[in-house]
Amino acid sequence: MTNARYNYDVVVIGAGPAGLHAAAVALRHGVRVALIDDNPRPGGQIWRQGPAFDAAKPLKSWLDEHAQRGNLTLIGGARVVAVTGDRRFLIERELDAPPIQIQYERLILATGAREKLLPFDGWTLPGVTGAGGLQALIKGGIDVRGERIVVAGSGPLLLASAATAIERGANVVGVIEQAPLARVLRFGASLVATPDKLMQAAKLMRTLTFARYRVDAVVSAAQGSAQVESVTVRAGGREQQILCDRLAIGYGLVPNVTLAQALGCKVDAQRGIAVDDLQRTSVAAVFAAGECTGIGGMELASAEGALAAYAALDIDDAGVSAERHARTRWRRFAARLDAAFELGDAARALASKDTILCRCEDVTVGAVAIHANWRDAKLHTRCGMGACQGRVCGAAAATLFDWDVPPPRPPFSPARIETLMATGDDGETLQRHFDESEAPL
Amino acid sequence: MVDTTLIGILIDGAGFQVLPFTTVAAAIALHGNRVSRRSVTGQARNVLCGMGVCQECGVTIDGHAHVLGCQTLCCEGMLIETAS
Repeated sequence: MTNARYNYDVVVIGAGPAGLHAAAVALRHGVRVALIDDNPRPGGQIWRQGPAFDAAKPLKSWLDEHAQRGNLTLIGGARVVAVTGDRRFLIERELDAPPIQIQYERLILATGAREKLLPFDGWTLPGVTGAGGLQALIKGGIDVRGERIVVAGSGPLLLASAATAIERGANVVGVIEQAPLARVLRFGASLVATPDKLMQAAKLMRTLTFARYRVDAVVSAAQGSAQVESVTVRAGGREQQILCDRLAIGYGLVPNVTLAQALGCKVDAQRGIAVDDLQRTSVAAVFAAGECTGIGGMELASAEGALAAYAALDIDDAGVSAERHARTRWRRFAARLDAAFELGDAARALASKDTILCRCEDVTVGAVAIHANWRDAKLHTRCGMGACQGRVCGAAAATLFDWDVPPPRPPFSPARIETLMATGDDGETLQRHFDESEAPL
Repeated sequence: MVDTTLIGILIDGAGFQVLPFTTVAAAIALHGNRVSRRSVTGQARNVLCGMGVCQECGVTIDGHAHVLGCQTLCCEGMLIETAS
């Protein structure tokens, strides 16, 4: 049985902007750092690399400065499946690589966010993806040349995703934003406070042209046989069909807090990891930064990542006040963003009772809605008990029914039997959790 | 002439070539295949989130079941089996 254990001064989970900035501070300070990500290569979602996408400038400078350092261990394609002891957890790696135990002195969580995917009729058809999901797939190598694409949901990610698709030769036939015009315009006007963002937005809108941007509208259904062939757009009581080959749809982002909750970290009212002014979580030696503490964008994540590492290593130099200043500024931006793209009633009323809510177990909205809470719904319908552990339907149920949705139990993601066996002394406990989460009642 | 910069893989038994750093999910799409897995009631499903959350892109790779295509890079000689 493989039970290798590796020790590090600082372990960073997540190699996006927050994690990379945290790791950079720690690496410059000379301590031993492990940077772990579930994607094969670093960059997170925003700096995702691919066959036609080289490392973005900030990622390239990070790699140039740090990739060859002797005190860095970069572990890609690895996911944490269980907390196995004091300051210790188990990671599973790709295909035949044996699982390993990671021991840390200080842990920095930079686990990012996932998309909020809300159910509607036809959302299970092949060709329907997340909005950020489409961008990730294009970077991963899919070819969208000539495809008619509808991008829908809410937030600036729609524009970014549409722009990427257009740059790669797609025909974006509509961008459908649920927020009303007044709020979108107010947000646009507020961008003067962040000139870089204003330039970014102007560039995106130039690529897109305003004609295809619709506000106060939602995609209420998708139709097709083998894959999506058209979508229904609902606006002001009227419905319209748009023919398309692909629908990319996401209603904002949800912080990834599963690992934090397993460690015992408190989560705040906005469902992000609760942190104090030093980016400390409620658990000793555990820090958190970036989207997993609340949605705020790449600039905020970068500042928080650096501050988490400064605090983890008890450093208080000139860098700290600059990062604090940046954090304050980008938190204001995040608050404006949140207010502008808050979900309206139309976005919450997309699903009918026959719409599938849980895609892993094929459970409908109607079957779940008759229960009083998430726990009862799970026990009676198996919703949220499939492979994604409720990461998709749990977030949707929280939005649709305003339910409190507890985190998945270990293993946090489907794990191989060899991995479960490698938990050593804690294997029995883990196996029990595994059996419980599999049992219908 | 064989282009050595490309990576040769097998998708459902058919030979296929992709650029380095192409994800398995992308390779499947490039191959013209629209189904990665079947749901518990037999519905055709394909990649949804693109970032390792939803599990819809799960395929069998080199004999390992339920591997996420969106987070796996194609390697020379890789055997990929979908549910299509």
